[in-house]
Amino acid sequence: MSRRNFLNYAGLSAAGLLLATSCKKQIDQTPGLTSDARVNSTGGGKDGGKAVVNLGSGDIGILNYAYALEQLEAAFYIQVLTTPYAGISAKELEYLTDIRDHEIAHREWFKNVLGNARIGGLIVDFSGIDFSSRASVLGTAKVFEDTGVSAYNGAGELLESADYLLFAGKIVSVEARHAATIRDLLSYGSFADSTAVNSMGLDLYATPPQVLAAIDPFVSTKILAQNLPTS
Amino acid sequence: MNLYNVIEEIEKADPEVYERLDGRRDAIKKFASFSGKAALAALPIALGSMFQKSYGQSTTQQIIDVLNFALTLEYLEAEYYVRGLDAPGLIAAVDRPAFQTIKMHELAHVEFLRATILALGGTPVAKPTFDFTAGNGSMAGPFADVFTNYGTYLAVSQTFEDTGVRAYKGQAANLMSSNEVLRAALRIHSVEGRHASHVREIRRRNGLLVPPGVLLQPWITLNQSGIASPLVQPSYNGEEQTTQAGINVVGINGFAITAEDASEAFDEPLTKAQVLAIVDPFIV
Repeated sequence: MSRRNFLNYAGLSAAGLLLATSCKKQIDQTPGLTSDARVNSTGGGKDGGKAVVNLGSGDIGILNYAYALEQLEAAFYIQVLTTPYAGISAKELEYLTDIRDHEIAHREWFKNVLGNARIGGLIVDFSGIDFSSRASVLGTAKVFEDTGVSAYNGAGELLESADYLLFAGKIVSVEARHAATIRDLLSYGSFADSTAVNSMGLDLYATPPQVLAAIDPFVSTKILAQNLPTS
Repeated sequence: MNLYNVIEEIEKADPEVYERLDGRRDAIKKFASFSGKAALAALPIALGSMFQKSYGQSTTQQIIDVLNFALTLEYLEAEYYVRGLDAPGLIAAVDRPAFQTIKMHELAHVEFLRATILALGGTPVAKPTFDFTAGNGSMAGPFADVFTNYGTYLAVSQTFEDTGVRAYKGQAANLMSSNEVLRAALRIHSVEGRHASHVREIRRRNGLLVPPGVLLQPWITLNQSGIASPLVQPSYNGEEQTTQAGINVVGINGFAITAEDASEAFDEPLTKAQVLAIVDPFIV
């Protein structure tokens, strides 16, 4: 029994590990915004007409997990800038454009790092987002950025390679800058309020099952994560 | 959390556990002196480390060294915000709540790191005496007006936060032998990123000590500090990197990613030696 399993057994580890992988919601046929491959390279295929990706195992699995998150974020900001909400300010446009470009850079970087081991393009479902509404767009951006921070903070310990850990670190602090920026746009001064940072000064943290459950409403591709490392 | 239940569960899982440890009584005693929220949070770290040691993968001293390095930086930041908030008329009224939040986090980091170091059986370093003028104890260094000039105060704050982000990033690999400690360090690292973002936003709004023509943003563009002082440059050197893992991010896969975008999208680490050189003028 590994030390990690020991802690799980003792109930001291993240409560999230106890959560079952979330059941997928009803298949949503809303066309996605990405036109990338619908049949995917890593265990890809169709499930009842629905695209499926399997993140895989080990460090590759974790990199694919990050790649999936970056795909989602990039697709979101691309749409935000394609149809900017009413009354968007010059500064908001500037910040959101930069954030879009950062997320595209992350997405494409992961794509190249993963090479043939990468999952295909996710089909996103943004039907629940009102892109004409500032509150809807920034509210969703806040969820994505905070979730991104929590995901990288939770994924670091799942990586075996110190090099990959460093790259995850290089990206997560940029996601934290985004999260703080979006929060400040929504409510100035909420960059690190108690919904993001606890009383011990620690930021959000989440396991892959928790993160995948959080993004589930925004992704219609079925993401299989059962082979990801858990310690 | 009931400690006795936890230990019983461990006994069930591994009946020979006490041959690896010093006996049940000692295992319990080890935690008996713990009190306070930070200490409670450090409990899983202590437990994790106990087994790490017992199962023979000891790198605990290396982890303690990293945590003491981080503690020194957190002492620096915490005291900086305590003193700034105490300086009459220094911090603009609109920004005081933000600096209260940041101060609270830095003080919590100090407490958390101290508790973790103790939990691992180490000794937390003592808080140094600081010279926030960057005068090495002369109290008349280049930032002599740090507690009377808000522009200087903000510039030093931004530099501390951006440097903190780079410092934690540079140490992550040294914490890999403990999932619990690595997780905690990452969770502090991103908090420093949030702080940096907001302090930059404050500076963007009031423009104090922002060089003419520079559009300060919450992220770091190339190696630009956004501060009209060459003294802070070592905290930004290296941030201009646009190639990651041998992959050129500029124009990647045909996308219109500029060198500015590429540098902003990835924050860069600093080594312990680089960080210590940066903070040296602030430590007496």
